[in-house]
Amino acid sequence: MIEKTRSNKAWLLILPMTLLVAFSAIVPLMTVVNYSVQDILGPNTKVYVGFEWFRKVLRDPELHAAFLRQLVFSLSVLAIELPLGLGVSLIMPRRGWAVSATLVVLALPLLIPWNVVGTIWQIFGRTDIGMGGAALVELGLHYNYTADRVDAWLTVLVMDVWHWTPLVALLCYSGLRAIPPAYYQAAAIDGASGWSVFRYIQLPKLKNVLVIAILLRFMDSFMIYTEPFVVTGGGPGNSTTFLSQFLTRLAVGQFDLGPAAAFSLIYFLFILFFCYVFYTVMNRVGQG
Amino acid sequence: MAEIVLQSISHSYDAVRGALDRPARGRASPTLALRDVELRWRDGGAYALLGPSGCGKTTLLGIISGLLQPTRGQVLYDGKDVTLRSSRERNIAQVFQFPVVYDTMTVRQNLAFPLRNRGLAAAEIDRRVDRIADTLELTAVLAYRATRLTADQKQILALGRGLVREDVAAILFDEPLTVIDPHRKWLLRRKLKEIHKQFRHTFIYVTHDQTEALTFADEVVVMQHGQVLQRGTPEQLFRRPAHTYVGYFIGSPGMNLFPCEVEPAGAQARVGGHDIALPPTTGAAPPSGSLELGIRPEHIALVTGPEAERGLPVAVTAVEDHGRFRIVTGRLADHRLKIRVGHASTEGSLPVAVGDTIRVRFPAEHICLYRDSRIVSPDPGAEAA
Repeated sequence: MIEKTRSNKAWLLILPMTLLVAFSAIVPLMTVVNYSVQDILGPNTKVYVGFEWFRKVLRDPELHAAFLRQLVFSLSVLAIELPLGLGVSLIMPRRGWAVSATLVVLALPLLIPWNVVGTIWQIFGRTDIGMGGAALVELGLHYNYTADRVDAWLTVLVMDVWHWTPLVALLCYSGLRAIPPAYYQAAAIDGASGWSVFRYIQLPKLKNVLVIAILLRFMDSFMIYTEPFVVTGGGPGNSTTFLSQFLTRLAVGQFDLGPAAAFSLIYFLFILFFCYVFYTVMNRVGQG
Repeated sequence: MAEIVLQSISHSYDAVRGALDRPARGRASPTLALRDVELRWRDGGAYALLGPSGCGKTTLLGIISGLLQPTRGQVLYDGKDVTLRSSRERNIAQVFQFPVVYDTMTVRQNLAFPLRNRGLAAAEIDRRVDRIADTLELTAVLAYRATRLTADQKQILALGRGLVREDVAAILFDEPLTVIDPHRKWLLRRKLKEIHKQFRHTFIYVTHDQTEALTFADEVVVMQHGQVLQRGTPEQLFRRPAHTYVGYFIGSPGMNLFPCEVEPAGAQARVGGHDIALPPTTGAAPPSGSLELGIRPEHIALVTGPEAERGLPVAVTAVEDHGRFRIVTGRLADHRLKIRVGHASTEGSLPVAVGDTIRVRFPAEHICLYRDSRIVSPDPGAEAA
């Protein structure tokens, strides 16, 4: 038998990681927690207020509106990007030079910095010099994303679809490529229709990448900031003010650090909770 | 149910159908995965396609099943040309190397799937599925998700999807035991054999494992480099390999082969300075080509006692004990050979040790003579008749 040796060297070994995590996550997070329970009146004057800020933030009707807007936006993004990305991946070429060409073209939107994406669409949608905006106006539509709430909303949504559908498509494509050819051959022998092949082979085999796609797209769209900030600045009115922007306005614009910190924590916990629930549910479904 | 005939099938993965009929101008001729394969599979037979990896057996299976179209040649099912028909139209079934089941379906839905796709009435589907599940011992798991089955059950289920079609033309197996646990392999193989007896569908079984092929099939087709070397019963392949490669590939260890010269009358061969009597049916010596003499390790006899002096001297270089027998490796002149001998305790055997020189005899009736790797005598056709 080998005696278990006790050694405190282990603490030394995990020390670098602990320090790294402390500075990258724990300390900043605790600072936010600290702010969220205090009213900071000046550099050296602060008052402990308990859960006051949480109560205040949760009762804020503006936040309710922003939350609802955010939820509708994220769900719309999922409802459009998943089927569209899946569809694109199904019609992508499987061999030859066309594969590389398609991959490069699809990856382009993903490689553009987010604020540049915003700028592109900000110009693209302009009714005077923007190709998209001007074309719509030429067609006789009353399109103007700087003045009309619906137009602004649709512009941001279309921009997100343009920006992120390729990610879903690439994920699905890699999933499709991983299906062994024997499955398609067996389906051909069993006389399966194209729909059956999709329903009983491709879709079940894509389940895992689809879970990843849903998680990524939900989280990212739920935290969207840069692109709408560049295109519409949250307007007109509050029509495109999503949660991140609301938070920024609270923290940086009005310098209400207490409520902003409280809201940050709620925001963080919500995303964490959603991902946990979603992941668990999908895993259960998978095991039947 | 169908008789399957392959007529001068050649296939290249680099060329389209018909490309081999035109003379290739300026271009290098494409690499052939199969060349001029002629085969006839009787209806209801159990066949094995045996060969090393890359010999073209899976390609041939794909051509039979309709997953591939041969670059040249015809595939006939019951005399009807189906070369350009799809797998579905040919009504064949295939069990793949890795078990293919529909993950989201239950076992019952899996079995019903090919029938539903063909638009059968629900009552008829249920009747057939129940019958097949009963035969395959899947009744207890019919309501399970197919993913819950073990690998061998999945292979049985894949086979079941073929058997539910009562008119299935043939069932093809592409190395179906690859992912099965060793101790389940034997059971599954026996089960396949039973199923074949019961249903009498044409079974074509591709494998590189000679044990699987020889125990499963009534007739084995041995392939190498895209060509059929020999077809025959396991016994024919063992006793009279038509090609030196068959002799080497079948049997464990494979056939001993010696380059030799044959004297004009064809009664004797010379191997490394020793005269060896050939079977009387040999006839005159072949005029040209490189000649080889083949004999199986099992057929070489040890010579003891007063006749020992007339035996061929073999210097023993290694002795492997296999429990029931020993494999002796030795040298006859410059040629290596292997001899299978019984244990010292068994009758007619003697202790053999490394460094000894033993005396052996090649019984004429077990000798095969090869010219340019092909058998010249005795004629295997005459043997079979």
